[in-house]
Amino acid sequence: MIELWHYLVLAAILFGIGVAGIFLNRKNILVLLMSIELMLLAVNFNFIAFSQAVNNLDGQIFVFFILTVAAAESAIGLAILVVLFRNRGTINVGDLNSMKG
Amino acid sequence: MIQLTIFYIFAAVLLVAATVVITSRNPVYSALFLVLCFFTSSALWLLAEAEFLGIALVLVYVGAVMVLFLFVVMMLDINLAPMREGFARYLPVGLGVGAVMVAEMALVVGSSSAEFAEGAIASTVVEGGDSNNVRLLGNVIYTKYVFQFEVAAVVLLVAIIAAIMLTLRRRGGTKHQEVAEQVAVHKADRLRLVRDPRGKHDNQ
Amino acid sequence: MDIVYLLIPLAPLLGAIATGLFGGRLGWRLAHRVAIGAVAIATVLSFVVLWVHGLGDPAPYNKTLYQWLSIAGVDLEIGFLVDRLSAMMMAVVTFVSLMVHIYTIGYMADDHHNWPEGSGAGKNAYQRFFAYINLFTFAMLMLVMANNFLQLFFGWEAVGLVSYLLIGFWLNRPTAIFANLKAFLVNRVGDLGFLLGIGTVLAYFGSLDYAAVFESIEAGGGEATLTLFGTEMTAATLAAVLLFVGAMGKSAQVPLHVWLPDSMEGPTPISALIHAATMVTAGIFLVARMSPLYELSTPAQSLILVIGGITALFMGLVGLVQNDIKRVIAYSTLSQLGYMFVALGASAHAAGVYHLMTHAFFKALLFLGAGSVIIALHHRQDMREMGGLRRYLPVTYWTMLIGSLALIGTPFFAGFYSKDVIIEAVGLAAEHGRPGAGFAWFCVLAGVFVTAAYSFRLFFLVFHGQERMDAHTREHLHEPGWVVTVPLVLLAIPSALIGLVTVGPMVMGDWFAGSLTVGEQFQPLHHIAEHYHGPVSFAVHAFYNWGNPAFYLAAAGVFVAWLLYIRRPEWLVLVRERLSWPRLVLEYKYGFDEMYTGGFAAGGRGVGRALWRGADGWLIDGILVNGTARTVGRIAAGIRGVQSGYLFHYAFAMILGLLVLLTLFVGGWQGWWQA
Repeated sequence: MIELWHYLVLAAILFGIGVAGIFLNRKNILVLLMSIELMLLAVNFNFIAFSQAVNNLDGQIFVFFILTVAAAESAIGLAILVVLFRNRGTINVGDLNSMKG
Repeated sequence: MIQLTIFYIFAAVLLVAATVVITSRNPVYSALFLVLCFFTSSALWLLAEAEFLGIALVLVYVGAVMVLFLFVVMMLDINLAPMREGFARYLPVGLGVGAVMVAEMALVVGSSSAEFAEGAIASTVVEGGDSNNVRLLGNVIYTKYVFQFEVAAVVLLVAIIAAIMLTLRRRGGTKHQEVAEQVAVHKADRLRLVRDPRGKHDNQ
Repeated sequence: MDIVYLLIPLAPLLGAIATGLFGGRLGWRLAHRVAIGAVAIATVLSFVVLWVHGLGDPAPYNKTLYQWLSIAGVDLEIGFLVDRLSAMMMAVVTFVSLMVHIYTIGYMADDHHNWPEGSGAGKNAYQRFFAYINLFTFAMLMLVMANNFLQLFFGWEAVGLVSYLLIGFWLNRPTAIFANLKAFLVNRVGDLGFLLGIGTVLAYFGSLDYAAVFESIEAGGGEATLTLFGTEMTAATLAAVLLFVGAMGKSAQVPLHVWLPDSMEGPTPISALIHAATMVTAGIFLVARMSPLYELSTPAQSLILVIGGITALFMGLVGLVQNDIKRVIAYSTLSQLGYMFVALGASAHAAGVYHLMTHAFFKALLFLGAGSVIIALHHRQDMREMGGLRRYLPVTYWTMLIGSLALIGTPFFAGFYSKDVIIEAVGLAAEHGRPGAGFAWFCVLAGVFVTAAYSFRLFFLVFHGQERMDAHTREHLHEPGWVVTVPLVLLAIPSALIGLVTVGPMVMGDWFAGSLTVGEQFQPLHHIAEHYHGPVSFAVHAFYNWGNPAFYLAAAGVFVAWLLYIRRPEWLVLVRERLSWPRLVLEYKYGFDEMYTGGFAAGGRGVGRALWRGADGWLIDGILVNGTARTVGRIAAGIRGVQSGYLFHYAFAMILGLLVLLTLFVGGWQGWWQA
């Protein structure tokens, strides 16, 4: 019998992996984006699990919108990445600090 | 029981794939393992009776977003060596922070597991006996959340336009069609009437 | 009748708008015609009103014409109260104003000489002048016709404004600007008291409307006592004293008198109209109008007696040493205003108001006469450069003589009746035991001698003796045109005769009974009226009235002036040497100016500078404003290093923040943070 806590613990671990990914791949912006996708996925898990547990579809609607926004975010993020690469010849985050105060 | 077994299998695959995503040396592998993550997640969502979202995740993410990722990864000529700098140095920090977070969240879940245990995931019975997830979701989206749905559509549209505008580049020397010029063309620009000098001779 | 009452103030207002806003387009000739026409309308209507109220039905007209606001039961309204007091004031104001308007044509005809070549300020100055005096007439009429304190205050401030504008009419002269600023500031001091007085009236009598206030006074509303600065006093005393402070400012009583002599920087017609005949009497009018209030408060009346007495004597003394012809008359005005206040303080309100009226005529006459002399001498005002003008300016000479005789109180002239009644009334008040009346009686009696001395000193210096002006001026000496002499003659007639005609009903009778209230316990004018048998016998009585030697004092003053300035000028030098100390005191005008500029003005500037440097510069600018900016700048420079520009640093920061929040949340839930 799958219970709510199964999903919650799974989502927590997935979120933790996403967080760790941001620390580990700090120079690689592509993997950074992927880590963010993982974290969003973990959040979605929680929404779906609670939606089922309390028998309310609003959680799934939320997931729907998160998917929408995440897709938009990925599209624009990758577009920026392409432009960045075209202009600077690199996507190494370590070389990109023109915003330094 | 069989559901729980399936859950554990998919959960294990998901976690392993996610770990590979963040540790892989090559971004292409990362992207591919992320695809695997999405597939397994989709299966887990199906288990939780969120059929529509499970399918949508595969279609949208695997079909569109991840393809975009792969496309970008392969298109850009990326020097991988500097990207791995400090990986080992940050490994303990990353793992530590992640572990603390997981621990805290697990603490929340664990300390109130009795409350969470009440709602068994796979045994939900939807009121009215209609358990068609897609229809139920559609009923809500197109009535209660119709405006938010429209806003989401606009967000996507803006994202499309923004992505195109960001990456659009006109190179000199390429051949392309200028529709406006074609439409606005004038007869005098293209057509010149000349008298055939031979015509008269033919008549004679 | 509504329309008549409304038209009286509105005609000059419309005239002011026309000449003020469209003066340049009207041209000078049309401008003065419009202005004089407007005032002429007001004058004619005012005399109609005086006729109706003075001879016919004495029921006062009291009507609110417009309600401006109503706040918490207090109505702010515009309305007219026309009774015999205001009818008389209206007639005096409009008549003198009309005379001055006509006279101004002559006085200002060559005004362009007073401006620097090509001065922008001098452009259309002629029309501007007429606009101002029209506006003044409007404001003064609003003041005297008011039926409530708000409108009174409006008129009060409006005449002050016009006075300010006109003292500084020649705005390219630093002395004029200094004088008008001084007048404005000194009047502010009085106005503070006046506003507080209005507030007190509102607080204790519950209304701004005269009629309602008087009803409240009759019902005993002024008997409430309150403790202020440890002194217990009645509400009536507080209100009366505060309103009198306002009156002191406007009517230039010691110690708020300093602005009036300096106001002589303005053109002479203004000195005649505003600073002698009408505006400065607003304080007298106010106290007379509030007679029911003042009758309730013996302390306030005593204060008025003392202040009036001091002003009457000591300002007259300063007039003895002045050399500027207009300043002599200005000090004379101060002194005469003191007489009026003394009368009011002695409960002889009718006598005070009566002196106001006669004074308006002869003082306007004296000023306009002085102005005539000034025109003839091409705007020179120093009496040491005059002398022997009798031959050249006969009309001015004779009218000035009439004015001077009226001023010193020669029997049968207007000033005699008003002034003699005042002296008698103060004497009775002293007998009755009113505090301060004895002092005031001495002051006014001594003031008679002083008045005669300075008046005829001026007269002899200007019109008799050697001709001390330069040859060029002497060649061009001639009487100014009819616009100057006609007002002189028209003012000379009432100066000479109005007392003879009107003293019976206005002072001895009960002509003012409906307007002025005198308490039951002491009615000086009734005592005097018991021995009154017609104006002629009253005047003859002055020659053998040993209890009141005013006539002989005046004669002595004239004699001394004649002796020192005509007969034995060498004695004058002797007197000057012997009396060098008192002379110095008088020339410094008791040091009021030095005290104010050195004390209040310099102190105020010092406080201002301290606040500017200390509070504004150091605290607000330095610490609060710039200090804030500097602190923010320093902190920002410090934390600038945090902004590395590296994306992952920001990402780490976000995650660490998330971690902290999560820890706080979970810890709170788990009870980790509880001690």
